[in-house]
Amino acid sequence: MDGLAVGSLYALIALGYTMVYGILKFINFAHSDIFVLGAWMSYTVALCAGWPQGQPTHIANWVLFVLVAVGVAGGVYALVGRLRLGKIPSGAWTLLLVSGWGFSAAGLVLVARALFAADQKLVAGGVILLVSMLTCGVVGFSLERLAYKPLRKAPRLNVLITAIGVSLFLQNVGQLDWMFGTRPQGMPALLPDKVLATFGGTPGATAGSWDVQPIQVRLLDVIAGGTSIILMLALDRLVFHTKLGRAMRAVSFNERNAALMGIPVDKVISFTFVLGAMLAAAAGFLFGQKYSGLGQPAAAIWVLLGLKAFVAAVVGGIGNIRGAMLGGLLIGLAEMFVKAYQSPAVVDIYVFGILIFVLLVRPGGLLGRVGVEKV
Amino acid sequence: MRHGVDQHAMQPGASSLTTLVRAWAPVLACLLLAVVLQMVVGPLLVSAGWDFAAKLLLDIGINVILAVSLTMVNGFTGQFSIGHAAFMAVGAYVAAGIVYYGSFRLFGSAEMAGGLLSSAPEGRQGAWLTRGDALFGLSILAGGVASAGCGYLVGLPSLRLRGDYLAIVTLGFGEIVRVLIQSQTTETLYDPEEIAKTPLWQLPKYLGGALGFSGLPFYTSLFWVWVFALLTVLVAYRIKSSTYGRAFLSIREDEIASEAMGVDTTRYKVRAFVISAFFAGCAGALFAHTVGVQLNAGELGFVKSFDIIIMVVLGGLGSISGAFLAAIILTILPELLRSVSEYRMVAYATALILMMLLRPQGLLGVREIWDKRTWRWLTGSRTRKRGGS
Repeated sequence: MDGLAVGSLYALIALGYTMVYGILKFINFAHSDIFVLGAWMSYTVALCAGWPQGQPTHIANWVLFVLVAVGVAGGVYALVGRLRLGKIPSGAWTLLLVSGWGFSAAGLVLVARALFAADQKLVAGGVILLVSMLTCGVVGFSLERLAYKPLRKAPRLNVLITAIGVSLFLQNVGQLDWMFGTRPQGMPALLPDKVLATFGGTPGATAGSWDVQPIQVRLLDVIAGGTSIILMLALDRLVFHTKLGRAMRAVSFNERNAALMGIPVDKVISFTFVLGAMLAAAAGFLFGQKYSGLGQPAAAIWVLLGLKAFVAAVVGGIGNIRGAMLGGLLIGLAEMFVKAYQSPAVVDIYVFGILIFVLLVRPGGLLGRVGVEKV
Repeated sequence: MRHGVDQHAMQPGASSLTTLVRAWAPVLACLLLAVVLQMVVGPLLVSAGWDFAAKLLLDIGINVILAVSLTMVNGFTGQFSIGHAAFMAVGAYVAAGIVYYGSFRLFGSAEMAGGLLSSAPEGRQGAWLTRGDALFGLSILAGGVASAGCGYLVGLPSLRLRGDYLAIVTLGFGEIVRVLIQSQTTETLYDPEEIAKTPLWQLPKYLGGALGFSGLPFYTSLFWVWVFALLTVLVAYRIKSSTYGRAFLSIREDEIASEAMGVDTTRYKVRAFVISAFFAGCAGALFAHTVGVQLNAGELGFVKSFDIIIMVVLGGLGSISGAFLAAIILTILPELLRSVSEYRMVAYATALILMMLLRPQGLLGVREIWDKRTWRWLTGSRTRKRGGS
């Protein structure tokens, strides 16, 4: 059960990697930091909403400040554009969009607060999840616009280095005192948890041995797994059954031809980033609930989690959405089995071992296709 | 290829003596320069009260080895390795094990037994090179060879994998090495009798595991670091202007075309990995024995690999001197920014992103400091324009 829950979380993160890779053909190293941001945002928002536990972080004021600043800048820019050019420039729209987006998130915080006061904790938790997804969406959007878009035509290695730079930037900004600080915090329990059912297992089994452990079905695992599966199904539907999804697949297949067919490539790419970031945020939220200690933003464990999710994406065949889901579940299950039957210390060896093995046997990943290189 | 033909290449009809001198004079020059650094520059810096600068010079040297060796894979051959720190870790642990337990077995303790060319003045013995130095020098080479073996293993998948996938395999390899070392027992043996009793093949178990390998003698000195740094640069330069190097460069420019021209791309890729891993292993061995370093595999993870890649890219992919310069800059920069410690890494990351946005080809691009074109570009006197580059 643990494995399934964790695996579905991996799958959620892996989806972000795989979608960006599918479209832009580069590894978005900053993705794991978005995931961490998601966890921390849900923590912050939970505190704002009134959950009693833990040290407050100062980020809320700053977020509001930045939102107001961006909104005012967008407004001024739009006004100037209207007066001088007779129309509102697209940059102004972008700024207004970001700001409006942020304000709706801020509004939702108030909603969460009201819900918390009214003792609707589960619903409040859902709203918090939504807020953290929205915030990460904004961050993903801005990152794409500021850092990656100017490099659309640059060699892929440069984009990769930029991604590493963005990742470092997010990690270290997150560690500043007025953001989240460097101290680990405990995540308040936003979702209810209890053992729903226990079955199977050798009587008197002890941990670490080859005895079959009793299987515990925990409510939290069900919620985490369920939420991620719902999100994945929604994504699957979006990508394979809507016009927007068709546009995404077209851009991924051939960007230039897609542009010739009248698909707004830039918008599709931005949308992909936002989508990936939101999924990562959801994973961050759920992960924070499952393992309640929050390390500092740069702690190696977070980066490693991101890397493992990336491994999941590659194992499933990078660029392939269903492959990412499969890979995530596979990695999660493998990890839990190793943890149960061997020591937790060697988990990573198996994870990366699977990666190398799969790549050697099927160089394109499990569900991936190997393109024939043409001159 | 965009490189001018090297004018110093071997000319037909040169006598064997000239050949010999040409082959070995630069090596001797490297040795001499390293000795000068150790015996003149180091003491001068210390007597001027700049101990810190002397230490920085050590770090710079190690980073130069790492960056220039990675240039051979990432820059010349155009493969993308993000596991360079793992080669470093392999070299570091092999060398550290040999030096630490070798000292106990041979000399009875892990005290420094270095000569004039070693680091700590108090532990010095009269001769230029002593038995301790010999052990250290050999262990560096052993670290390099072990690491080159791993380089061969990592290079092999390039039979099947290309581009990003190869990069991911190097990443996975790096993590596996790190976790393997970290998951071993955290014990280190320090009782001479116990070490003498333990059979040789069991000693590699006691490398400190997740706690780090402590108690290593600090042999690394300016001499050792810069001998290897300069030799790395020399080897890289010579490779670049040899048939090997041209094969590497042709793989970078167009793998299919070079295969069509008869270059055995797989074999050359593996070779690039092996050579590069050898020097990374040497750098790791030197790093392990630096003053103030406690060897810990946790530090040699992918973050370190990224640091090295950043150096290479910042310097300009494929440029030896660019990697050299970037290694110097990126070692000094964080130290300069130490006064604003909280914002140090933020500024560093911002600088990196801006650099990629504004000057994507790196400091020097594919050029070298010693290219004539570079001088023209620096001095701004463009007598002859070339299209394209």
